[in-house]
Amino acid sequence: MKPASFTYHAPASVDEAVALLGQYADADGRILAGGQSLVPTMAFRLARPGHLIDINGIDAIRNISVDGDALVIGAGVRHAAFHHPVCDGPLGALLSRVVQDIAHFPIRMRGTFCGSLAHADPASEWCAVAATLDATLVAKSADGERRIAAADFFETVMTTALAENEMLVEARLPILPANAKFGFNEFSRRAGDFAMTMALAVWEDDNGGITNARIGIGGAEDRPRRIAEAEAILNGNAPSDEIFRAAADAAADVVDPMEDHATPASYRRDLVRALTRRACEQANT
Amino acid sequence: MTEKHDITLTINGKDYQVSVEARRTLVDVIRDQCGQTGTHIGCEHGVCGACTILLDGEPVRSCLMFGVQADGKELRTVEGLADGDTLHPLQQAFTDHHALQCGFCTPGFLMLAAGILEKNPDISDDDLVDALSSNLCRCTGYANIITAVKAAAEEMRAG
Amino acid sequence: MATAKKRVLGERLKRLEDPPLISGRARFADDINFPHQLHMRILRSPFAHAEIKSIETAAALALPGVVAVWTHADIADLGPIDFRADKSAEELKAFRQYCLAKDRVRYVGDPVAAVFAEDPYVAEDAIELIEIDAELLRVISDADQEPGEFEPGLSSEAGLLTHTFGDIEPGFENAHLVVEVDLRTGRHSGVPMETRGAIGVHNKTADTLELYGAAKIPHRNRDTLVRMLDRPPAKIHLHEGHTGGGFGIRGELYPEDVLVLLAAERLGRPVKWIEDRQEHMMAANQGRNQHHKARLAFDADGKILAMADEFWHDQGGYVRTHGANVPNRTMCMLTGAYKVPAFRAECHFRLTNKTPAATYRAPGRFESTFVRERMMDIAAEKFGVDRIEIRRRNLIGGADMPFRIEFDEPGVETLLFDSGDYPTLLDKALAHFKWDALEAELAERRAKGELVGCGLGIFVEESGKGPVDGARISVDINGDIEVLTGGASLGQGFETTMGQITAEALGADYGKITVIHGQTDRIPYGIGAHAARATVMTGSAVNITALKVREKALDVASEMLQTPADKLDIENSVVFVADNPSGPSVTLAEIAKRLMPGSKNLGDREPNLAAEGFHNTSESAFPYGIHFAVVKVDPDTGHVKVERFMVAYDVGRAVNHMLLEGQLVGGCIQGIGGALFEEFAYSKEGEPLAVTLADYLLPTMDCAPQVECLVTEDAPSPTNLLGIKGGGEGGINGVAAAIAGAIDNAIGKVGAVTQLPVTPQRMKQILRDAGQGD
Repeated sequence: MKPASFTYHAPASVDEAVALLGQYADADGRILAGGQSLVPTMAFRLARPGHLIDINGIDAIRNISVDGDALVIGAGVRHAAFHHPVCDGPLGALLSRVVQDIAHFPIRMRGTFCGSLAHADPASEWCAVAATLDATLVAKSADGERRIAAADFFETVMTTALAENEMLVEARLPILPANAKFGFNEFSRRAGDFAMTMALAVWEDDNGGITNARIGIGGAEDRPRRIAEAEAILNGNAPSDEIFRAAADAAADVVDPMEDHATPASYRRDLVRALTRRACEQANT
Repeated sequence: MTEKHDITLTINGKDYQVSVEARRTLVDVIRDQCGQTGTHIGCEHGVCGACTILLDGEPVRSCLMFGVQADGKELRTVEGLADGDTLHPLQQAFTDHHALQCGFCTPGFLMLAAGILEKNPDISDDDLVDALSSNLCRCTGYANIITAVKAAAEEMRAG
Repeated sequence: MATAKKRVLGERLKRLEDPPLISGRARFADDINFPHQLHMRILRSPFAHAEIKSIETAAALALPGVVAVWTHADIADLGPIDFRADKSAEELKAFRQYCLAKDRVRYVGDPVAAVFAEDPYVAEDAIELIEIDAELLRVISDADQEPGEFEPGLSSEAGLLTHTFGDIEPGFENAHLVVEVDLRTGRHSGVPMETRGAIGVHNKTADTLELYGAAKIPHRNRDTLVRMLDRPPAKIHLHEGHTGGGFGIRGELYPEDVLVLLAAERLGRPVKWIEDRQEHMMAANQGRNQHHKARLAFDADGKILAMADEFWHDQGGYVRTHGANVPNRTMCMLTGAYKVPAFRAECHFRLTNKTPAATYRAPGRFESTFVRERMMDIAAEKFGVDRIEIRRRNLIGGADMPFRIEFDEPGVETLLFDSGDYPTLLDKALAHFKWDALEAELAERRAKGELVGCGLGIFVEESGKGPVDGARISVDINGDIEVLTGGASLGQGFETTMGQITAEALGADYGKITVIHGQTDRIPYGIGAHAARATVMTGSAVNITALKVREKALDVASEMLQTPADKLDIENSVVFVADNPSGPSVTLAEIAKRLMPGSKNLGDREPNLAAEGFHNTSESAFPYGIHFAVVKVDPDTGHVKVERFMVAYDVGRAVNHMLLEGQLVGGCIQGIGGALFEEFAYSKEGEPLAVTLADYLLPTMDCAPQVECLVTEDAPSPTNLLGIKGGGEGGINGVAAAIAGAIDNAIGKVGAVTQLPVTPQRMKQILRDAGQGD
């Protein structure tokens, strides 16, 4: 399982990287960040990039910082950076909670937050987080920069709105207010496996009432998204077992789950129901 | 396409100057060009962890990197664990507690454990098992590996 | 002849194998290299079943770095891979596999062409340039389907095999209760951490062909190669280095092993082949895929009257070196530890378009124990009797030993259980694991809403099948001891075991012992390591040989110490007067010196402190055990967690308890894999769906419960001096049975589990069918 040949580039700056990307987009030029997802696909020769643009040497993209009301995560930031909260408040805690379920320790040493987003595996935890929190993704090319809303970013399995000549340079997550609560739950066969389904529940506690609810489902459909029908049931109500079950049922009803030889849609629907309820219960603690 | 890159890998403190294609994986460069065959290939798609080495002190899967990416970096492999004739506490613990049978996954586990314990000597038992569950073993059923790493951790903390 | 008092046998000695393995100095196949070697890569069929029209290799051959490309036409003089010498049934010969597919491909992964290149990366590039033109044929995706044709005029049902004794009809007619089950065991296999590898070298000076990367049964494979390559045994040598696990999979003769040897000879350069993981998942032997429709007839007292089983064995695309061994093992051990007066098992031995199947740890027995113990659980429920009680009523007793099971079919071996006290092990296990308290505790937890339960499976294993093995032991003038065997090491601690037996019998210093195995040029015969034979057969031969060396040593020592031999003892390679340990002594090294050829003190003795010995037996040794599982079922996700797993096992006599427990625990976790996680799934078109370690789920550390072991030595085997029985397969045999029983118990529906593996998806369906779904 040796990869096919490619030409290797190691740019020292983002400008250089996107210039190379622009130059080699036609020859299937790809960004190499953590490599934890890309390199296996190259080993199977499912991916055969003619050019690899290694961004691991670019210092500028290793930043992670708060910019106004957003947490800015550079393209070089690895999963391991989130083992401890990267910012105060619920957002930092949320990211530290989620990262525990991402793959395995050595994978987290190399894999990157933005790399996960660009790869867009439906079972990616960061993709679910980005979709649920309405992240803004910043794409750069030799022609300039643009911002893409998360809801528009994830198109389908392994497919994003990024053009062939665009590099995802940073992800911007909204800083959650101090009264925000969250719960995250995923189901996988073994620790570290891709999730069969995951649910992220976030809301703001307004004197015991739920407002600005966000229910995000990942791993069940071809891309992660917020489930408005479930959020509508939560908003304006006090947390309760019945409310959580109703929201979970609503989410299970509206999802259009992926299927394969071993897993009927009904199974993922059951998971959506169970995990949405559990995520809500966790948010409520 | 067959352009070669001249790189220097520092493995266990020794420099190896080699000339490799970009597509040559790090584990292949370590094993073939540098002749250090202690690191093993179990799957070549980043699942089993047999290829685990330490790169600048961090456990990584060397089948998921290319040799050219490790140019100028400090690599540590199982061959560098012992101090001359003195076994590393992990190596001693593995043999004391029968934590290996065929031994194929063993270098990966040793380097993973070494990396984890060096980064965080006071890691809790639960977190330790969680981190060790990154790697696959088909012979032992894992129990003795856990016992061995815990024993070594205690000794490394004491020493 | 004085026998040693117990010194090291049974002790948890550290392994002789470990030093190179823990320091990166091992020599697994991929670590072995020869100057000017070529790298072989196999083009594998992308079709499950097709007629090959043409294979275009010109583009591959033209790639710089490619030296040769072979298809079947290039090796047409080479016959198909034969069965092992003692297992060839004429009717099955037509189903053997050629090293490169001839005319037809029969599974995705079937070798079609071989590329030989300077570098493995180039070889893989070249493979992609080969074009196959093929006409697709109807795919037989299941052994349940109507058989098709293996080739025109030859049905894909390779045989209808039976094992019978007594007459089952009266039993079923007069039965008070008949239990019927329809059960499936999923296709899975050993999947060791090291993939296969083979390096072929033609030693032109001696005109010998050498195969490195051999394993498991080097001498048997050498014999098969002798026939296939038409070379005398002295001119083919197999060499075993380190092997990364076998479990029955590694070491059978595969197409690639033959090809590297042939290529080394014909291309004039060493040829190295290392399998990658994706290849392994579609090319190495698979197993366990059976569909059973079984029945058990009981009288009013819950005693078994008759057992019947019709099953379909999914053999995959070809019949490989084992012939029909696995179905036979399934049938002959189906009655397990129970007294069954009448029996009939019938196997539809069917070829399908999947990777070929063969032996995997406890072959046929993991499957048959699952089937048998399911029926016992159901019988218990129908009788309103405890699960333990129904089993106890039917167990073969200690007084029944040796227990004979003789089959009507000529050529089917008689089983003779050598020794055993199953009821006693059951009693000890129930007490040790506090079964009654466990059941009560689980009932309490269930009352509070948890889906938790326990289950068990009782089994008999077989080991130490003869007829003979031998060994040679020599002590040199430095006191170093070489134990030369025709055994094999797959990681199980073969060297340690033989070393320990030698240390015990000879009184030798364990640290001075080197054990040789897997080298067919060092010793002309050997049984390798499989079917839990090594400890019993090779161990017994080593024991006998070491005792001979001891006798010789004491004879010389008695002269040197002027004391009768029966007053002497040996410890740590020092011979001393037994009741004067601090008195005069002489070392084995000094004795060896005295026995050197030409020594003045030889007398009329044969020179050298060395001996050769053999162990003959016509009987196998039968260890036995009981597995217990505690599981928790998550009704929301269908996830089954094994909270506890307990093994009770009587091994006759343990050589090294540490190694034995390692085998039992390792086998258990593999069994959990087969019960809950692992499956080689195929689409209806024969496309393999689990060819990566992300799709084929091996148990990880978090899936593995702490396995509790109770090892007893109540029933030593009368078939060998040491009383030992094998331990390699006792950890896996009853795992599925125990887990299935525990799941049933957890959800309150006996017989609910009918298919393995019990994935969460299947568990949800079971819950739904039991009226417990969401």
